[in-house]
Amino acid sequence: MFERIKEMVVKEFSQVFRDRRMKAIIFVTPILQLLIFGYAVTTDVKSINTAFYDLDHSYESRELGRRLEASGYFIITGTPSSAKEMGDLLDRGKVLAVLQVNKGFGRDLARGVPTEVQMIVDGTDSNTASVAMDYSTRVINRFGKEFGTRAGIQRVVKPARIDLRSRAWYNPDLRSRNYNVPGVIAIIIMLTCLLLTAMAVVREREIGTMEQLMVTPLKPVELMLGKTIPFALISYFDMALVTTIGVFWFDIPIKGSIPLLVLSTAIYLLSVLGVGLFISTISRTQQQALMATFLFYIPAVLLSGFMFPIENMPVAIQYGTYLNPLRYFLVIIRGIFLKGNGIDILWPQMAALLLLGVVVIMTSSLRFRKRLG
Amino acid sequence: MDTNTAAIKAETLTKTFNGNIALDSLTLEIKKGELFGLVGPDGAGKTTTMRLLTAIMEPTSGDAWVAGHSVLKEGERIKERIGYMSQKFGLYEDLTVMENIIFYADLYEVPQKERPERIERLLGFSNLTPFKGRLAGKLSGGMKQKLGLACALIHTPEILFLDEPTNGVDPVSRRDFWRILYGLLKDGITIFVSTAYLDEAERCTRVGLMHRGKILIDDSPARIKGSLGFPMVELWTGDARTAEDIARGCPGVRSVSIYGNRLHVALERSKALDGVIGRLQKEGIIVRDHRSILPSLEDVFIAMVEEP
Repeated sequence: MFERIKEMVVKEFSQVFRDRRMKAIIFVTPILQLLIFGYAVTTDVKSINTAFYDLDHSYESRELGRRLEASGYFIITGTPSSAKEMGDLLDRGKVLAVLQVNKGFGRDLARGVPTEVQMIVDGTDSNTASVAMDYSTRVINRFGKEFGTRAGIQRVVKPARIDLRSRAWYNPDLRSRNYNVPGVIAIIIMLTCLLLTAMAVVREREIGTMEQLMVTPLKPVELMLGKTIPFALISYFDMALVTTIGVFWFDIPIKGSIPLLVLSTAIYLLSVLGVGLFISTISRTQQQALMATFLFYIPAVLLSGFMFPIENMPVAIQYGTYLNPLRYFLVIIRGIFLKGNGIDILWPQMAALLLLGVVVIMTSSLRFRKRLG
Repeated sequence: MDTNTAAIKAETLTKTFNGNIALDSLTLEIKKGELFGLVGPDGAGKTTTMRLLTAIMEPTSGDAWVAGHSVLKEGERIKERIGYMSQKFGLYEDLTVMENIIFYADLYEVPQKERPERIERLLGFSNLTPFKGRLAGKLSGGMKQKLGLACALIHTPEILFLDEPTNGVDPVSRRDFWRILYGLLKDGITIFVSTAYLDEAERCTRVGLMHRGKILIDDSPARIKGSLGFPMVELWTGDARTAEDIARGCPGVRSVSIYGNRLHVALERSKALDGVIGRLQKEGIIVRDHRSILPSLEDVFIAMVEEP
């Protein structure tokens, strides 16, 4: 039995390493994906293109513009001279925000009279918009305080001040990359493993070798192991590869235990291989397998908490996410990378993932057996 | 019932797909050492028969015994004793000739010490020795077919199943291939081969004519040809296509088929010939010559299929 499984694995490896496309899927795409996503998937908002619509042309108005830029979050890329021109810049997406200073701003400030500035933000991307609002409010408030004081206008009664100091744990610089890269690793492994497993079985069916294998004494379980072990090993290799790049290239810390990461990856791969096998039992051609892979993969990523928090989803969908292996693995991998969580904290996720994996693998094997019979 | 002398024995073996009958209660017995040819057009049920007998598909009803084992209950036992070559030869095109053979040797657990001699012999008779290191995908159609055969023979099976092995293979390779099959037959292997080529069927020791899931007749090629209980005439005519249509409408004609510019006409009685010739001439078709012939398998097949 072991002899035959070993030979299946050896055969699978020689085929994979002879196929240029397969080699690309294994070695090149994970690295490319990690590099691209590592840089691109970031929710940090900085260098927002901003227009400065200055109708006052006073020392104060120019100083406000300078301060806005000095904050590092805004770059003034346009100075429109009319409301039409300003609207145009926003419409064309040349700028995402406009700071409008009306005539008399400097004079009012000097006199200590209440005055106004306007911040217009492109709300199409609500996330960036609210961050831009937040930053600009801070800059303008501080400016107002300073210039108001300078003019000698002080409130007579000072309210008791509460000094708020916020501090972020686990990721003190709030680098979104630290949060995203472990997630990217998880989804890259999922895609590679799914594709390889689903395709390898279907390809045998397509080229007619499956029928030939069926008349040999090869048992279904041997065939199944022979078809999954190589891809489990390759997925492990990819996991190590992208994790290394994440740590050394993107400076993502691993605070937790590496053996725990290795163990939980094994549990995760169990479900992913199971889904891959399942896809191979419902697909007759490689195109169908590819379609089915993406029909699973895209919802799995969107409904995993990778980008959108699960707590914000409708309750019915939240229940659905319990069937998503990625959901559990994201908690595990982020916990290990960022928080240094141990098995004492992560065991519920690991147990759920294990249960899911066993059920999926069993279901797929039963179907696999039937297709052979 | 004695299943020991029969290499293959089927009893009311039936397979339906979604209510469509692919194989209609096949009953058949093939003795050890026979070269049985299953002949019929595409879709007649040849591949289904193969898959049922090799125990990779479950019959809807009935049973069959291959090498004495039931396909229903002992499928795994059968697999060790048969060789099977599917229509696509079942080769890994990205593995070399040698790797393909060794892979199948491993699956069949051929003992290591017997391997070199067996592989040598298989490569030898298939003339593949010079191509050992070549990728299977880079072989010609005829060589792929021989490699498929070598892989199917690596565990020295008692019974060999070949599903349309010469489909898409050039005539020279086909002849080579049949020479190899005769060699195997001498070694005592039973061969069950399906083909859509009737000229190949004539090379078998026994032939089953299959049509729409049923074996219409099953006997030696000579007996089948002799079994056509009516005379067969060959006519040389002008405009064979029109002549075929006219002849088919004549009284006393069972079936007509075209061979180049000649017609093969199966008649109820010899006397009907005059009527056919008369009718053709009346319609302006020149009848240059006619003669009585021995029917070919194809003639018999067409006559049986066209039988009302």
